[in-house]
Amino acid sequence: MKKAYGFILFLALALVLAACSSDSSGKSDGDSESKSGDSDSAGGKVEIFSWWTGAGEEDGLLALIDLFKEKHPDIEIENAAVAGGAGTNAKAVLATRMQGDDPPSTFQVHGGAELNEGWVAAGKMEPLDDFYEENELMDKFPEELIDLVSKDGKIYSVPVNIHRGNVLFYNMKVFEENGIEVPTTFDEFLAAADKLQAAGITPLALGDKEGWPATQVFENILLGVLGPDDYKKLFAGEIGFDDKRVKEAVDKFDKILDYANEDHASRNWQDSAQLVANGEAAMINMGDWAKGYFNNDLDLETNKDFGYFAFPETDGDFMVITDTFGLPKGVENPDDVKEFLKVLGSVEGQDAFNPLKGSIPARVDADKSKYDEYGKDAMEDFNNSRLVPSLAHGSAASEGFLTKVNQAVNIFVTQRDADNFTQALQNAASEL
Amino acid sequence: MEKEIQIKRKRRLTKDQWTAIAFLIPSFLLILVFVYGFIGWTGYVSLSNWNTLVPDFSFAGLKNYIFLFHDFRFQADLRNTLFFTVLFIGLVIILGMGIAILIDQKLKGESIFRNIFLFPMALSFIVTGVVWQWLLNPSTGFNHFLSKVGIEPKWYTDTNVLAGFEWGNIEFGLPVAIIAVVIAAVWQMTGFSLAMYLAGLRGIPEELREAARMDGASEFQVYRKVVLPMLLPITVSVIIIMAHISLKIFDLIYAMTGSGANFVTDVPGVYMFETTFRGNYYANGAAIAIIMLLLVAIFIVPYLWNSRKGDQ
Repeated sequence: MKKAYGFILFLALALVLAACSSDSSGKSDGDSESKSGDSDSAGGKVEIFSWWTGAGEEDGLLALIDLFKEKHPDIEIENAAVAGGAGTNAKAVLATRMQGDDPPSTFQVHGGAELNEGWVAAGKMEPLDDFYEENELMDKFPEELIDLVSKDGKIYSVPVNIHRGNVLFYNMKVFEENGIEVPTTFDEFLAAADKLQAAGITPLALGDKEGWPATQVFENILLGVLGPDDYKKLFAGEIGFDDKRVKEAVDKFDKILDYANEDHASRNWQDSAQLVANGEAAMINMGDWAKGYFNNDLDLETNKDFGYFAFPETDGDFMVITDTFGLPKGVENPDDVKEFLKVLGSVEGQDAFNPLKGSIPARVDADKSKYDEYGKDAMEDFNNSRLVPSLAHGSAASEGFLTKVNQAVNIFVTQRDADNFTQALQNAASEL
Repeated sequence: MEKEIQIKRKRRLTKDQWTAIAFLIPSFLLILVFVYGFIGWTGYVSLSNWNTLVPDFSFAGLKNYIFLFHDFRFQADLRNTLFFTVLFIGLVIILGMGIAILIDQKLKGESIFRNIFLFPMALSFIVTGVVWQWLLNPSTGFNHFLSKVGIEPKWYTDTNVLAGFEWGNIEFGLPVAIIAVVIAAVWQMTGFSLAMYLAGLRGIPEELREAARMDGASEFQVYRKVVLPMLLPITVSVIIIMAHISLKIFDLIYAMTGSGANFVTDVPGVYMFETTFRGNYYANGAAIAIIMLLLVAIFIVPYLWNSRKGDQ
């Protein structure tokens, strides 16, 4: 009898182990991937590490790689993209490799704190000042963008693309039917939202299942209230989170959240963008990768089905999310890697990558005719706006601070306790 | 003479035993290093100051643990885990046993029923999570039917805490949202306890029930006084297996609900992953891992202790 039970338990445990193995095998996939990358970099290949595995972005990366192969048929290239979790999985693999002194040849990293407070502060990156000078890149990027990839006066990476975070996309039909003009001030925004709500339409679509979309709304309000200079000072620690304007931003955030769909916690950003697409909601604040989603996945036309405008009171500011590539220390063939960075930083390279990815080039002298209507507009704004780093995407402050802010925002969205929230922000500020 | 031989046998290992040991040693060493070694390493990290990208192994004492127990999110995690575990294990046992007893009534097509109930177990928690995310989404799935009869539960987006009272930083009580996760988990794992109980029921000799019936016991009494006590070892096994699943649950939550508004569906596993790999709080993450290990140990150690005594 006893034996029979023992056997059943054993069988049961074996089954459970088999069931659990699904995620452990997922992990070993990542390991083996990095392992294979390791042996390749020893062979003099250039291994490009990114999380570009989605539809448009992968095409962009492959176009870039093709361009590089054309120019340097002698250098082998390896696409070491890690899928999943909006880069979280890739970042976890990257951290393991960097800490084990087994860096990829070059890797995708957001300009700003993610680069500077992360890998540069850890002493894992080579400065690229000479590279910039040799290739005369200094005046090809906006100065404020070069600041984003520099620490203590040294440049550490090459930006390839730009996304804008302070954009509100809206359903044009809904705006038209309800007689709503594009709002430019916060008060106009609230008035429009009231009108929409009275008409039974959700004014603002929000999908914060993954946290950051709510943080993104908050950072845009902060930018509107503080203006670009003080916004930067806030994250440099020169202005405290006890500043009364931060409180004002929190109050505005509180008000805006009243206009969001009730089931926001069950949606990711794509699910919430669908609300705008089918007219259940009127607007959504999303980085302009949403344009690609509207165009390609939902078959909507820019400026016909959906329109866009800058987040209220941030017109003239450009919330920058930029993907950049740098040169880690301890790479065996830095010259080959620099050749890749050269292609990446060239007009040709950026114009091969960005139209497919749906972003705009980081260079100011790219060929505008290659971009769609929205892209041309955004390029114009990019060249004529103040550039500020996004918090929600890891550019304004360290990942540690961001994680704490995301948690505080998650609690605030439900509890709406402004004092508690500002207190949490102040506590987190010690991580800056 | 006979006795002497036996003693000798005990002392000296036979060739078979040597072979067995030789085969065991590699896996023993690997487990020693890669399981117990790294548990020790995690414990060491949890006592360090390594909370940035740059490793910092200076001794921090219990700082990371103290931080966690004062942290809103971790307190919410412990609350969620407690209620998830209790509801999940309770329902899996009741439903598993109930269905097993029904199937055991010499039904026609018994194997069909058995397989239908067992099948969800073949799925991974990720698949279950994705499916139930849509079934229990307040604007899709079940609510399409339920709204016709006038109820529209908010399922896992509900931020209410039932019978809640202030405790520490959090409201302690049953988070409504966790019920949705329990439903999905129970759906997946009931088949498993069903299979175990069915095996257990088959192991009870028919003579025992017959004897009880002869003594005039009603069918209900047969189950209460004879069958249930005989199923106790099965129940213990089910509890242990389900407890270690529920205390370490990650994939189902990650695919289905995420942390949830106000962390109503957050669990230590998700917190550990996010704080370690997104926030680079390695020491905090290690501390969460150790706490999870201790929680599971509460269930496993007494069982192992017991079965060791049983063997002797």
